Amino acid sequence: MKNYTKQTINPEELKKLTQEAQSQATPSTGRIVWKEFKADRPALLALILVVAFIIFVTIASFFINVPQMMNTHIMSYLNRPLQDGYLLGADTAGRSIMQQLIVGSRNSIGIAIGLTLISSTWGIAWGLISGYFGGFVDWWMQRVYDFMMMLPMTMMIIVLVTIIHNYNAVTLTLIFSCFYWLGTSRLIRSRTLAETKKDYVAASITSGTGPWKIIFGGIMPNISSLIVVDTTLSFAENIGVETGLSYLGFGLPTKTPSLGTLIANANDPNNITQYWWTWLPAALEIIILCLAISYIGQVFRRSADASQRQADR
Amino acid sequence: MWKTILRRILIMIPEIILLSILVFLLAKMMPGDPFTGSINPRSSPSQIHHLMKLNGLYDPWYQQYWNWIVHLFHGNLGESYQYHEPVANLIGQRAENTLWLSLFTMIMTYLIALPMGMYAGRHEGQLSDTLIRVYTYVTYCIPFFVILIIGLWIFGYVLNWFPTTGSVSATANSGWQILLSRIYHMILPGLLGALFSTVNIVQYLRSEVIDAKHSDYVKTARAKGVPEKQIYRHHIFRNSLLPIAAFGGYSITGLLNGSIFTESIFSYPGMGLLFINSISYRDYTVITALVLLFGILNLVGTLLSDIILSLVDPRIRIK
Repeated sequence: MKNYTKQTINPEELKKLTQEAQSQATPSTGRIVWKEFKADRPALLALILVVAFIIFVTIASFFINVPQMMNTHIMSYLNRPLQDGYLLGADTAGRSIMQQLIVGSRNSIGIAIGLTLISSTWGIAWGLISGYFGGFVDWWMQRVYDFMMMLPMTMMIIVLVTIIHNYNAVTLTLIFSCFYWLGTSRLIRSRTLAETKKDYVAASITSGTGPWKIIFGGIMPNISSLIVVDTTLSFAENIGVETGLSYLGFGLPTKTPSLGTLIANANDPNNITQYWWTWLPAALEIIILCLAISYIGQVFRRSADASQRQADR
Repeated sequence: MWKTILRRILIMIPEIILLSILVFLLAKMMPGDPFTGSINPRSSPSQIHHLMKLNGLYDPWYQQYWNWIVHLFHGNLGESYQYHEPVANLIGQRAENTLWLSLFTMIMTYLIALPMGMYAGRHEGQLSDTLIRVYTYVTYCIPFFVILIIGLWIFGYVLNWFPTTGSVSATANSGWQILLSRIYHMILPGLLGALFSTVNIVQYLRSEVIDAKHSDYVKTARAKGVPEKQIYRHHIFRNSLLPIAAFGGYSITGLLNGSIFTESIFSYPGMGLLFINSISYRDYTVITALVLLFGILNLVGTLLSDIILSLVDPRIRIK
């Protein structure tokens, strides 16, 4: 008979076994996403582009004196690009478009990030709670949702902006956040409804776990991939929100440059016909940013859904 | 069926009441008073005071709200302080323009999206399908107002193909000329609006077609020897037509929201442009009326879509 107590696994075999186990186990989320990005070169390029751009405008705008930049320089009235050291020319008040573009991008992206964080957090919490508790709670929460959906969003935001005196970027972000959580909450709710019926939730309930712990400790991590995808996509959308309202003149005040106020230069028929450099760069920047960010969102979506991944093919 | 519709309408009533209160309070909170516009250097503060009192602007808000509602039911929306014209007339003129533009946009959207969705579904996985997917994806991501401005620049100013402002040219005088001129003014904003809002319909129709392609009734039709073209046209398309029609109701929200941008960019004299003008003049009788109208239209659009969907899909109906 063999002596079992003496039988030990030698280190080499242990190493091999561990490697085997690791290769069979599901790779970590970070690794999946990274593999997806590596398989999709344009997406990697978009990611680098967006991140580098955000870092660049944040740092560069520290070196720009905003009040001085917004002063009128009559001598450089509508300078053409590359004239007198103005990389992208100047607008009707002789202000450098390049500098305004940098500071404006920082402001617009900053607001979009803030808006995404607030509205997504609120929308996710709303959807989770509404979907998990169901019944009476859900009914009322959905009536609030219906009511908010009925409101003409752009009009309400414009009315609110005119009511509030001396608003700044923070109040503006809060006003936008009141309206832009709806889509997220609907999405999260429907997923939570499906998730709540699963066995692990039933098991948690039976073993006496509290509802909040189940919602935020059990269900939320399980739908985290959906949350990441939705947040990225709404970030791209939110860039359009602030710039659109600033364009109409109800976003950031005129003394604070934003991509929207730059595009609003196009409202002047002279600018739109002859002085393209006053507004076109900002418009193109928004298009490129939105496309790049949503493209990154698509990669996240593919990583979240095993059947769509490209890396393993 | 009727029960569902009745329930939906009953739920709408408190929503409309709540909306009217909200709109009214917001209008009250807006800065400035309505008589600032009609002040001339000779009017004294006591006269303004008298006017305010005469119009009941010192009453408690619920009394003012009640008066407003009573007037509303008599079809009296008040008078615009900017144009010195009854609000109902003012909105009536503009609503017609917005209606035409929205209708045109919606028709163009369907005309573009339906063939695309069918084609993409039929040729799933092929190059054309990929191209259509890329197109819907790109149009979905780009903010709408940026495209409108770039479109206006390229086709309106650089190429000079389309008019850049207004809804009808001033020189048109006979009925036909006016109609043609109207359509001519709508083509650019309408087409841009349609091209950039096809994503929902195309994607829905595409997945419907892909599902239906492998369904039993299509297999039966094929086995009976029905030509492929006819299968797509009569069997599959007919089946997904109603849910697609339901998208029309939901798209009212998008169209109305978009009208604010479209009309101010193209200086098209519709309700959206009227709203923007009224905001800058603090013309709040017009503002309240417009917000209320837009809210109710949103609600009606959703109701229509829900009714169509519950007709198609009995599972949605409330028992």
